[in-house]
Amino acid sequence: MEHNITPNDIIDFIYAEARMLDEGSYNDWLDLWLPDGHYWMPLDYKQTDPINETSLLWEDSFMLRLRVERLNGARTFSQKPKSRCHHVIQRPFVDIFDLENGEFQTNTSMHYVETRLDDQILLALTATHDLKLVDGKLRIANKKVELLNSDAAFGNIQLLP
Amino acid sequence: MKSEQIKALIQPHQVHRDVYTSADVYNAEMQHLFPNVWIFVGHESQTPNKGDYITTQVGDQPVIQVRHTDGEIYVLYNRCPHKGTKIAIDRAGNTGKFFRCPYHAWAFKTDGCLLAIPLRKGYEDTGFENTDSSKGMKAVGAVKVYRGFVFVRLAKEGIAFDEFFGGSLSSIDNMVDRAPAGRLEISGPPLRYMHNCNWKMLVENQTDTCHPMVAHESSAGTAVKIFEELGSPEPRPAAMQIIAPFMSPYEFFEKMGIRTWPNGHGHTGVNMSIHSNYDAIPGYFEAMIETYGEEQAKAILDENRHNTVYFPNIMVKAPLQQLRNFIPLGPNKTLAESYVYRLVGAPEKLVAMSAMYNRMINAPTSIVGHDDLEMYERAQEGLNANALEWVNIQRLHKDDEDYTEEVVENGTTERQMRNQFAAWLKFISASVEDAPDTSGSE
Ligand SMILES: [Fe+2]
Repeated sequence: MEHNITPNDIIDFIYAEARMLDEGSYNDWLDLWLPDGHYWMPLDYKQTDPINETSLLWEDSFMLRLRVERLNGARTFSQKPKSRCHHVIQRPFVDIFDLENGEFQTNTSMHYVETRLDDQILLALTATHDLKLVDGKLRIANKKVELLNSDAAFGNIQLLP
Repeated sequence: MKSEQIKALIQPHQVHRDVYTSADVYNAEMQHLFPNVWIFVGHESQTPNKGDYITTQVGDQPVIQVRHTDGEIYVLYNRCPHKGTKIAIDRAGNTGKFFRCPYHAWAFKTDGCLLAIPLRKGYEDTGFENTDSSKGMKAVGAVKVYRGFVFVRLAKEGIAFDEFFGGSLSSIDNMVDRAPAGRLEISGPPLRYMHNCNWKMLVENQTDTCHPMVAHESSAGTAVKIFEELGSPEPRPAAMQIIAPFMSPYEFFEKMGIRTWPNGHGHTGVNMSIHSNYDAIPGYFEAMIETYGEEQAKAILDENRHNTVYFPNIMVKAPLQQLRNFIPLGPNKTLAESYVYRLVGAPEKLVAMSAMYNRMINAPTSIVGHDDLEMYERAQEGLNANALEWVNIQRLHKDDEDYTEEVVENGTTERQMRNQFAAWLKFISASVEDAPDTSGSE
């Protein structure tokens, strides 16, 4: 195969995704996703079942689009004023690098900060990305975000780590 | 607070803001309301085996629900009778045959009885046996396990369980009857959502049918818009089943109906509800027929109650096997814990539906929850305005409302909010009047 994808390209992709979220480039961000992908944020530490137990998030492409479009609505009261977010990520580990099938997996530790008005929250988390090479482009097949304190009580978490 | 001061806060059509903001009122609730009524603790499936326990709160009181060696569920105050140390600190666990305080190794049977104290000799001839500390961990006043749900009354004497809940138990009945095996099991830990507002705002919101199409337009309205842009694909995306019905018009909620029962209980969705139009799940109706026969199975599933408030502080959503517990942490701080249960004997898809609803609506990450919390917290802050001291609960109010009766009314009435405050006043003021005079001490 003539893909000249390197592990560094995979790592750059993860950095670029975080930047899109920080800058609010949500349409570009949605375009990264494959149509049947899910964004999973477990509720229980080391949770294995996203379906039959409650998760914080298990969002398909419809829900992700809804979440993103809602942010800009005229009557989105919890986003008046808007939240802002900030990702500080550690260099991702490329745990799976399967060039032949175009499948990759990364493991990324990060600190995620979200702020609105006088409140600011800090979440420590590990993100696992399943990426696929489709028509020469890297896409997100699935993303799992495990909060270090997923069992804690939170106020609103309105944007996406 | 004195009884007259508390009575002055509640009028037929409005309540004084102090019920949401005052520390004195909050303390009166913790001392006089929560101990004298029946409060939800947990579900028996959270403590299935001997020695299994969970820790939680009843009002502001720390308690442990534990399965004793005789197989019964006990609810004990989570406090060592020695120095006050909490005996258990994790949310769930198994303690074996006894609890052992980690501070000085006092040990207790799982019914609370004192089992052993190191160096016991040191208490000889001290009169220790005459102290409360020698009696072990204190149990609450009364425990009732109703169809798997554990409730307690902290006070030793008081209203009986059946009298307190009366006809409202029909919602728990319907939720449990929906299991072909006739019982529920907990499915995973609860969502834990912190709210900087008074606990009663969350309870009142459960039967507030005039807010979904307004506060949730940004989520439900946008869902409908995207669905139409996509050409209304079938099968509907999950969000269209769960979130879109929040955009139903006022007339829909009017027709849904509200039923109120004595002692502050009530529910929305008497005739139908936003839960009536979910897709059928293959194999479920067949399993229900096997247990109940067709006619009764249909009757159970045709009941689509929306939210049932069990006064003072839980909500049960029978068609989705959900329970929300609004735990007061202060006049302006409330922890909402949202549980889902598995219908034993039903296809797994049902619990998947319950879990989906829970994360889409009740999570700190939920786009629906975001706007609810925003409204509560804005209200908690807005109530500081001294220009207006009263909160209006007058919608469809009639002069002759009698809260000791069960009634069904237009689904947009605020009668259930009035019903809650009537019960609130009844239980607090009765207890305050019976209490020794503490005037001057507050
Ligand atoms: Fe709401």
